[in-house]
Amino acid sequence: MASTADGASPDKPSANGAAPDPGRGHDDPSLAAAAPDDDERVREMPAWRRALIRPELGSICGAILVFVFFGLVASDSGMFSGKGVLNWTTVSAQFAILAAGACLLMIAGEFDLSVGSMIGFSGIVIAMMSVTWGFPMWVAILTAFAVALSIGWLNGYIVVRTGLPSFIVTLAFLYILRGLTIFLAISTTNKTIIGGVREAAEGDWLGQLFGGTILKGLFVWMGERGWIETFTRGNREGQPVVDGIPMLIVWAVVLVVFAHVLLTRTRFGNWIFASGGDAQAARYTGVPVDRVKILMFMFTAFCATVFATCQVMEFGSAAADRGLLKEFEAIISVVIGGALLTGGYGSVVGAALGALIFGVVQQGLFFANVDSSLFRVFLGTILLLAVIMNTWIRRMITGER
Amino acid sequence: MATPIVELRNIEKHFGSVIALAGVTVDVLAGECHCLLGDNGAGKSTFIKTMSGVHPPTAGEILVDGKPVRFGNARDAIDAGIATVYQDLAMIPLMSVTRNFWMGREPVKRKGPFKVFDLDGAGRITMEEMARMGIRLREPSQAVGTLSGGERQTVAIARAVYFGARVLILDEPTSALGVRQTSNVLATIDRVRKSGVGVVFITHNVRHAMAVGDRFTVLNRGATLGTASRGEVDVVELQDLMAGGEELASLEGSLGGTV
Repeated sequence: MASTADGASPDKPSANGAAPDPGRGHDDPSLAAAAPDDDERVREMPAWRRALIRPELGSICGAILVFVFFGLVASDSGMFSGKGVLNWTTVSAQFAILAAGACLLMIAGEFDLSVGSMIGFSGIVIAMMSVTWGFPMWVAILTAFAVALSIGWLNGYIVVRTGLPSFIVTLAFLYILRGLTIFLAISTTNKTIIGGVREAAEGDWLGQLFGGTILKGLFVWMGERGWIETFTRGNREGQPVVDGIPMLIVWAVVLVVFAHVLLTRTRFGNWIFASGGDAQAARYTGVPVDRVKILMFMFTAFCATVFATCQVMEFGSAAADRGLLKEFEAIISVVIGGALLTGGYGSVVGAALGALIFGVVQQGLFFANVDSSLFRVFLGTILLLAVIMNTWIRRMITGER
Repeated sequence: MATPIVELRNIEKHFGSVIALAGVTVDVLAGECHCLLGDNGAGKSTFIKTMSGVHPPTAGEILVDGKPVRFGNARDAIDAGIATVYQDLAMIPLMSVTRNFWMGREPVKRKGPFKVFDLDGAGRITMEEMARMGIRLREPSQAVGTLSGGERQTVAIARAVYFGARVLILDEPTSALGVRQTSNVLATIDRVRKSGVGVVFITHNVRHAMAVGDRFTVLNRGATLGTASRGEVDVVELQDLMAGGEELASLEGSLGGTV
């Protein structure tokens, strides 16, 4: 592979090669020749500046700030008790599941506005299959995933084939899927809410992957040692208040780790960056841009269905209006996490921290007894700040003015 | 005379009723810099795209190592050792030099059951190859956006050469650059040529062409006006050929030979 390179003469950098930063042509050439080692390109970058251009920086600072703030404001409200932590962790995990998919898709240069509708749609598919038609739960769940992945594929296929902005294509699917969801629910059951899912999922092997909790024994053990809170009265006396880690949180961690490793440690990850950074340049070097984008649409649909399945298991019902505005919340998490709306740059860890900030603030305001409508004010403000900061970071990297 | 690495004979390309190329013949030898000159609209871009497999020619034949070939797409040409560096589409500014360098051909290593992108190894080779081209990187994860235009071209050239290009097509690599950056790119071309790669240098700047070229082919209105070797032509003659002669000659008088 490198046969030609071996033949290249490893000659010393010529006068041209060693000329300090050719971008700044005003330098006195004699000075430049006298001190070729003071090359701007070689000089160590200050550590603070290098830290600044990491995509996660904003969200790390944001997360610390949020915890300090609520630590001061809401420390005695139970927000940091076992139950309180579980509360905001669960909400954050919901955002993180969606953010993992939205993040990779945004880095690949596309959006999916149909995520929210997909959540409602998948939920109804599961409930309809299992409750209304009586299929085993695992069949219902697998069907929902298959349908969602096909719709994700279709989204992606239309985007890469027509070259239309994904904004428009997925906006169309936002309406198509929501309408279909309501139509399906009404036409089969005459209701927009289908209950009885929990009973249908009883003892189902796949249902447990989305419904139950894990590490129950560990939590009982920790309760017995007095490390965590236990009930002091009632028929559950002695049992831990938090009896395990919900599968929702496990899914969030698994998806975030998977997406992070895929993005930063694999060839496919490099293709994701390349597809979003400059699709044409990527094509010229042989990156299968269309395939990458379609797969990312499918991954986003997968994440939405994981969310929907967990939610259906938790509530025991599916409703046609579930998932409203979730697509924007996912995008906001990703943007807070430092990804550029234009693609090619971002971080899954950042997006997960964005989701954490999102969840902590939403629940924290509740614990702090602040009117929940202020949450939206906060959200809008932080979104604006994040976008301004990301644009500034981008200029630092690319040297644009 | 040695067999040319690539030879294009009487290439014609029609787009509907428009004749973009009307019989162009060019060959590229190993270790030479073949300059392809032409004014805007002369058919340079169409010719490059034909040579790099993007457009199939309407008529004429392409020979690699003396054997006729047909390129179905750009990948075929790359596999035959013909790499193209496009002026502004060479690099992705937001990605690191290493990630750009290996884009599409990332090296992988096994880690347990998974295949992971060998970033350390890739970064090390990138640093070495860049140093060979006279670019000293701060670190392999430095973003391409921090490099100057000339350095970006050089990274793209180094990448093509490292991945086994035998013929390197450079599409106006100097047209958007300042004086120093231009001389850097010209020095890179010289280095690449000495390593035995055939370089096709497309430009409309006769002075840049004269600085590194071994042979010169002028395209005018979709046809070649012949190929000349170094020493057979001078700047003024090439300039005249590109512009079609008369008009520039009269301009020359009023501008005092500055064009």
